[in-house]
Amino acid sequence: MSVHITSPDFKANARKALADAPLQQALAKVGPGFIGKRAAAADKLPEFKALRDSARDIKNHTLAHLDLYLERFETKARAAGGHVHFAVDAAQARDIVLDICRQLGAKTVTKGKSMISEEIALNDHLEANGIEPVETDLGEYLIQIRGEGPSHIIAPAIHLNKEQVEADFRRVHADLPPERNLSEPTALLAEARGKLRERFLAADVGITGANFLVAETGTSIIVTNEGNGDLTQTLPKAHIVLASLEKLVPTLEDVSQLLRVLARSATGQEMSVYTTFSTGPRRADDLDGPGEYHVVILDNGRSGMLAGQFREMLRCIRCGACMNHCPVYHAVGGHAYGWVYPGPMGAVLTPSLIGIEKGRNLPNASTFCGRCEQVCPVRIPLPKLMRNWREKEFERHLTPATQRYGLAFWAFFARRGWLYRPATRAAMAVLALAGKARGRFSKLPLAGGWTQYREFPAPEGGTFQAQWAARTSAQKSAR
Amino acid sequence: MSMREQSPVSVGLFVTCLVDTMRPSVGFAAVRLLEAAGCAVSVPRQTCCGQPAFNSGDRATTRALAEQMITAFETFDYVVAPSGSCAGMIKTHYPELFVGEPDWMPRVERFCAKVFELVSFLADVRGVTHVAAAYEGTVTYHDSCSGLRELGIQAQPRQLLASVAGLTLAEMPDSDVCCGFGGTFCVKYPDVSNAIVEKKAANIVASGADTLLAGDLGCLMNMAGKLQREGRSIRVRHVAEVLAGIGDTPPIGQPRPSAAGLGEAGQGRKP
Amino acid sequence: MTSSSSDHSSRDVVFASVRRALGVNGAEAPRRQAVADRIAGHPEGVIPARAQLPADEQIALFKAMVEAAAATLVHLPDAAAVPGAVAAYLRARNLPMSILRGADPRLAGLPWQDEPALDVWIGPSDGRQLAGLSHAFAGIAESGTVVMLSGPDNPSTLNLLPDHHLVVVDARDVTGTYEEVWTRIRAAYGPGTLPRTVNWITGPSRSADIEQTLLLGAHGPRSLHVLLVGEMPAGEA
Repeated sequence: MSVHITSPDFKANARKALADAPLQQALAKVGPGFIGKRAAAADKLPEFKALRDSARDIKNHTLAHLDLYLERFETKARAAGGHVHFAVDAAQARDIVLDICRQLGAKTVTKGKSMISEEIALNDHLEANGIEPVETDLGEYLIQIRGEGPSHIIAPAIHLNKEQVEADFRRVHADLPPERNLSEPTALLAEARGKLRERFLAADVGITGANFLVAETGTSIIVTNEGNGDLTQTLPKAHIVLASLEKLVPTLEDVSQLLRVLARSATGQEMSVYTTFSTGPRRADDLDGPGEYHVVILDNGRSGMLAGQFREMLRCIRCGACMNHCPVYHAVGGHAYGWVYPGPMGAVLTPSLIGIEKGRNLPNASTFCGRCEQVCPVRIPLPKLMRNWREKEFERHLTPATQRYGLAFWAFFARRGWLYRPATRAAMAVLALAGKARGRFSKLPLAGGWTQYREFPAPEGGTFQAQWAARTSAQKSAR
Repeated sequence: MSMREQSPVSVGLFVTCLVDTMRPSVGFAAVRLLEAAGCAVSVPRQTCCGQPAFNSGDRATTRALAEQMITAFETFDYVVAPSGSCAGMIKTHYPELFVGEPDWMPRVERFCAKVFELVSFLADVRGVTHVAAAYEGTVTYHDSCSGLRELGIQAQPRQLLASVAGLTLAEMPDSDVCCGFGGTFCVKYPDVSNAIVEKKAANIVASGADTLLAGDLGCLMNMAGKLQREGRSIRVRHVAEVLAGIGDTPPIGQPRPSAAGLGEAGQGRKP
Repeated sequence: MTSSSSDHSSRDVVFASVRRALGVNGAEAPRRQAVADRIAGHPEGVIPARAQLPADEQIALFKAMVEAAAATLVHLPDAAAVPGAVAAYLRARNLPMSILRGADPRLAGLPWQDEPALDVWIGPSDGRQLAGLSHAFAGIAESGTVVMLSGPDNPSTLNLLPDHHLVVVDARDVTGTYEEVWTRIRAAYGPGTLPRTVNWITGPSRSADIEQTLLLGAHGPRSLHVLLVGEMPAGEA
């Protein structure tokens, strides 16, 4: 897949998504699938709110001492026989991975789910250099064989239905009998399991992401339900971990706090099936495990976020709860956001990573309903951060002209009460008169965005302030 | 209204610019409810709390409007608005605008502490548990986002509605999910906004109610506009109208009876 | 492989920009002390009340949570009953009477001769075995999790490749919380040190990537069977 950025075309993407019937059918299941499960898991744990506070505090502490925890992690990972590499940007990260693969003479690499891999477009780079990447998370495998990017950070193929998956499997697994029955998800899963099992056993290098890096022990952690990440990292000659620098946490106790909120927020599980702590390569007396262990720590603009008003975004643990609860995400899905990270977290993170010029639509495409902040396990004030982007956009005159002039026109009156009152009174009188017969308008000049889909109610006539003033003076003269 | 031995608390009514211009009857409903709760209501000259500017990233305009608002209202014991969105804007966001201004900050904080949304003010501050109102019909209540999440308004309107004679409350599915209005969002991203309000309209219809209530006029106009475009006969009103017993004014987007067709705006169900 | 020089310069750039953003130089004594203290003290945060139960309730919670995670569990009076329970598991599922296990002395010492029909193999998995047997380092009642440590005694591939993963958990090793497990691992391996892999396993492998339909047996074992052995001495929880 390629990570061509289409975020500037959010509106067109959204229109396309809204007209895509299979997508809408898939999206209709997002809310019911995730929201109730998360709520049930949260309700079952009386300490859940306190744990969210704890998780937020741990992340804040770590970010404030990030340089020192990075140093500690590096020291401990090296002491355990691992290699730690730092990448300033995506290109450096890609080259580091390619170098490791080349030195091992790798032909194929298996991959666990990694959003960093998507961010740096690693698969394209490996393919261009003659190395075959094989995604092994079922969802990632589905989108890889379709040449798509993920539409959700924990459920990358949530936009697909089983008929689409069946068609793709028949196309790609052409060696299997065409008459086989693939109508049920169980059959599709069994086929993927068989196909990928061969790839796991044959791979030269395994690449995973990291949910956390633990400074205390130099450990990387992955959390999965399928077990693909474990097979990816255990069977090949080398395990490469891709992590961005905010994945650090200080201690094993700290990460235990975060793990208590991660799965509950993501899928509503008490704990994901496989939580795997990896420290260095295979030990001298081990009978299995990778011979080499590399951790690539990516900055790619995140250190800049530490300085400003977006530092809080670096607390994100990628649970996906914000998009699972977002009415905009429910309406248009993840691809409409036009890059790797969708939903509210993407609306804040994407402009930080690709620039507000390209990403400006995303923080604007929010109703600020606040449901994302309400469920965020690390209490990131996502609406506030989206608003911060809107402020930057406004300051830098990137706001579209019509919006800017509209706002200025309104502000001119709102700041001048002596003009506002007669102006609104006159305007409402005209509108009320025009709308008197029907009580509403089906078309209204300058309000096409509204009346394209809705009626616009006619005002009652007269402003409250004018009527109140009349009432008060009538009472005074009656006294 | 009767004056007891205690002097009534003074309330500055911030009617909000939408109620001021679009639906003054909500303002009068608020006055009636506040007076019944023993408040002396004043309406200082006012425009807007600044939320449209705030959410458009125009901090300077927001700051100017906030200052204008504070100056106009800070002498009252309480400041009450028939809108969770506007009250939430003031109460939770004004302090952000004055960060690093020690001259202003204590004043802003004192001010914000006395700002309330109407229904939660009645229930939580004035201890109102009943209203003297009647409304024949089945209503469903939409929880507008800011009121719900910034101010915790959820039980109060339902509690007061339960005391309205003749009224039955039928909850809709996902009453706490956004209606897609989002201020300028609905005109900046009309297609997405429409997709959201379509779902909301379906949930409203699924409740079986003949009347939709909420505490924010922006959301109400959005939902009423969608329901009417779909040809639904569900009446849409601000919750204050029903609580104040003025549920006989034409619903949002309906003409006055004299100008109406076949009793569209009347109280009775359409056959 | 050694790090290249470009790696080193990238490292310097990353550290410099992190420090610039934080407004620090990295030499500040109070910051260094805060980090050293946190790592040395590894403070516990919020511990759920659910995980702090008396011994018998803790075992009951462990069993309930294991089953809630879609794993199965038998509670055996003692370890000597394990070979019989393994044979019974395989027989009940019409599986070949063959099991691959690690060299763990706690498994090696079991009366396998009591089950002459059962073929017992020792070593890591290459993916061809249907059933694997490991001995857990601990069980965690809070979430029904088994804790597996890599090493020659219990190779990690046993946790992953067989279709059926059978895990012996000694009731005395069932803790309430994750934190107690870290304490025990530190006691066994020394502070700041972990085995190559620590696997927390909570139920069998699963995926919901096709239309959010939850299906067991994605890539790892389709079944996880816990053989809980013995009782927890009273007052130990």
